[in-house]
Amino acid sequence: MNRRDFLKASGGLVIGFTLAPRLALGQDRLPGSLNANRMLDAWLRIEPNGTVTIFTGKIELGQGIGTALSQIAADELDVNLQRIDIVHGDTARTPNEGQTAGSLSVEQSGTALRFACAEGRDMLVSAAAAKLGVPATDLRVSDGTVSAPGGATVTYWDLARDTDFKREATAKVKPKPPAEHKWVGKSIARRDIPKKFTGGAAYVQDVRLPNMVFGRVVRPPSPGAQLLSVDEAAARRLPGVVAVVRDGNFLAVAAEREEQAIRAREALTRSARWKEAASLPPTGEALYQRLMSSPAPGETVVEKTSPVAEARVKTLEALYTRPYQSHGSIGPSCAVAHWQNGKLTVWTHSQGVFPLRADLAKVFGLNPQDIRCIHAEGAGCYGHNGADDVALDAALVARATGGRPVKLQWMRDDEFMWAPYGSAMAIKLSGGVDGQGNVVSWSHEVWSHPHSTRPGSSAGVNLLAARHLAQAFQPVLPADVPQPAGGAARNAIPLYDFPNVKVVKHYIAEAPLRTSALRTLGGYANVFALESFIDELALVAGADPVELRLRHLKDARARAVIEAAAQRAGWQPGLLGDGTRGRGFAFAKYKNLACHCAIVADVEVDRKTGRVSVTRVVAAVDAGQIVNPDGVINQIEGGIIQSASWTLMESVRFDRTRVTTRSWSDYPILRFTDVPEVEVLLLNQPAERFLGVGEGAQGPTAAAIANGIANATGKRLRALPFTAERVKQALA
Amino acid sequence: MANFTLRVNGETKTVSVEPDAPLLYVLRNDLELNGPKFGCGLAQCGACTVLVDGKPTRSCVTPVSTAAKARITTIEGLGTVDRLHPLQRAFIDEQACQCGFCGNGMVMSAKALLDRNPRPSDRQIKQTLNGHLCRCASHNRIVRAVQRAAAALRAEGRS
Repeated sequence: MNRRDFLKASGGLVIGFTLAPRLALGQDRLPGSLNANRMLDAWLRIEPNGTVTIFTGKIELGQGIGTALSQIAADELDVNLQRIDIVHGDTARTPNEGQTAGSLSVEQSGTALRFACAEGRDMLVSAAAAKLGVPATDLRVSDGTVSAPGGATVTYWDLARDTDFKREATAKVKPKPPAEHKWVGKSIARRDIPKKFTGGAAYVQDVRLPNMVFGRVVRPPSPGAQLLSVDEAAARRLPGVVAVVRDGNFLAVAAEREEQAIRAREALTRSARWKEAASLPPTGEALYQRLMSSPAPGETVVEKTSPVAEARVKTLEALYTRPYQSHGSIGPSCAVAHWQNGKLTVWTHSQGVFPLRADLAKVFGLNPQDIRCIHAEGAGCYGHNGADDVALDAALVARATGGRPVKLQWMRDDEFMWAPYGSAMAIKLSGGVDGQGNVVSWSHEVWSHPHSTRPGSSAGVNLLAARHLAQAFQPVLPADVPQPAGGAARNAIPLYDFPNVKVVKHYIAEAPLRTSALRTLGGYANVFALESFIDELALVAGADPVELRLRHLKDARARAVIEAAAQRAGWQPGLLGDGTRGRGFAFAKYKNLACHCAIVADVEVDRKTGRVSVTRVVAAVDAGQIVNPDGVINQIEGGIIQSASWTLMESVRFDRTRVTTRSWSDYPILRFTDVPEVEVLLLNQPAERFLGVGEGAQGPTAAAIANGIANATGKRLRALPFTAERVKQALA
Repeated sequence: MANFTLRVNGETKTVSVEPDAPLLYVLRNDLELNGPKFGCGLAQCGACTVLVDGKPTRSCVTPVSTAAKARITTIEGLGTVDRLHPLQRAFIDEQACQCGFCGNGMVMSAKALLDRNPRPSDRQIKQTLNGHLCRCASHNRIVRAVQRAAAALRAEGRS
């Protein structure tokens, strides 16, 4: 992106949409994000040039949200999709929709835009009726042109000036029935893709400002390390160095050229002396023993009891574990920061520009209004990664460059060592089966560190560098994400109808390694455990795993995806693997609130090496009304393969002092030749509300693989990941 | 600093940099090409891949001095949004990405593969791309896109 495009794109001008008035008591609840952003002009604008701009607080991260929201708006407004422009996540221009997370964007932003655009269309048609002197009910709209029966027409663009969207939405105008949708429900090609394959300016890494310099950080070698000394002067003498920033334990550099910044970073790394402490937990099984011996009390999430008539109950208990896992985005976190007259502008791939702004304002002692955060895409985002942290890094360095903008990108080791991890977890399952093979009792106890330590909380600052500054800002230990979505206990409550159920969580807020949201939060490990354990009980009960699930499941939509996946995959009840090949089944409704997803995984185990290959996966998904079928398939397919990678290969390495995962050679992920064939069946429900889909496949895939290995070999694996070494050991 | 004359996408450009500056930063920052990406700086992920005399090369570890006499091709040199190369067209038609950050490397290595093998098997495509990491897990779509491009190129008689 060159300077002119940037001025066009960001303008420096603040578009004057009306900020939502404070919610008065007794105000009607409006649908989706409209409730917190109630003004129509916060969501859409009819432009005089024949286009429509829609505004969303949700950001594009390659999940296709920009395209899906455009489809929704085009349908409600009756304009062609090509006329829709979309602005994502900009504190000066868009509604505040918090984080783009939790598979909620279509549910929240899509619902808001649907109602706002339906109401907008209604107002435009009323204006047309007045202008044409024809009752509104007689008018037709086609691609923004309103026509009267006599042939008179007027366009939205003519009406724009007389139609004031600066008013509160009522959500009283009913959106269209699905049968009238022209764009929703179609696999519209994503609008973000062409530039990504032609070298267009697609990412924050592609932002170039006049006079910009390049920054790099020099992170401590371990959590809690104290900087004793560093030869700043020597670094300043290196070619191209513009600034060396040292503030407490925060150390960074800016240089004219990117490779010069990297050289200076290397020099600072070499000369820096740090005081380190052994603050990290043990590894291996001891890690989980440590977690389970934490003093965090057990909190009952759900408890249901009823008498069990049958005396002959067989019981079983099992412990499942999940290690720390990394986001492992292909491009390290990056931001561009620019200070002008005491005001800060940051281009960021943060999932939440408003919460980021709030934390930046605390660090710099500014009014939030003096900071503008503008979203630009980064590399793959699977949760709370380094995007917010690097924004603060860039802003800190840009204070020292005399007003020159700074583009700061983390190096690969910064990313692996400092982006928050998905928490290690331990999960103890126990259950009982009666003489008829029915599950009569079920208990799920989970130990976990936080799954959401994002910026924007009311107290403290959740940006990495803030805790390294001389005047440090500490993060406040966060509370767990509450039910029903849940964090540590996400998806821990079985959907199955068992007469006795108890779910207990131990939420350990103090984390030796920084943890936060990684796609599904606790859901991946909880579903892995739950859906593995039901297979273990099926074995005890002598029941087929699919039949046992259906036996305890009333929800018709859940049953339908299970049946569809089983049928498509050609599931044969009771079929055992042959020692190397096997097949596993699993199911979950993400968060117990979002999409239903059933998975059948075919696996092959090399008994000599222990290597597990997932050869084929069939998925069935019910995500309510589907806006963009290919977008849903892409999310599920990607989720399955990513989860297979987590499940078979991934765990962060560390010793008692330092994280030792630094590069891809320390953190292998699935490659082309290991990737399964994937087939995704969509069970569309046009009359139902949108259900989030982005995280639906992670949990069931892990359990289906574990169940497949058990089916193939008779060995049950309960400790993630299923590396060749571990599988070989289990088979010995 | 020294001057280097580079032949990039058919154009001749002169840059003044240290001889050991990685080619990646020259392409991205001096020539303002967005295609090649910084992913790891260690030649492990493939996001920075460009063609140097037709060969897929990790520009993050290639000193600019060693590429000065060569023909360098980046994804920008294949085609534009208005005149897409069949590979670019195929990746768009297959919607073969989520974030797309790895896409540059996938396309460039696929280009080199199709230049020498116009009719690759899926297995050969996977083996060729095995040194490229994709985290959003668009692998199967990428393989389909390469096959689609191969078919298009054969139909055009360009391979």
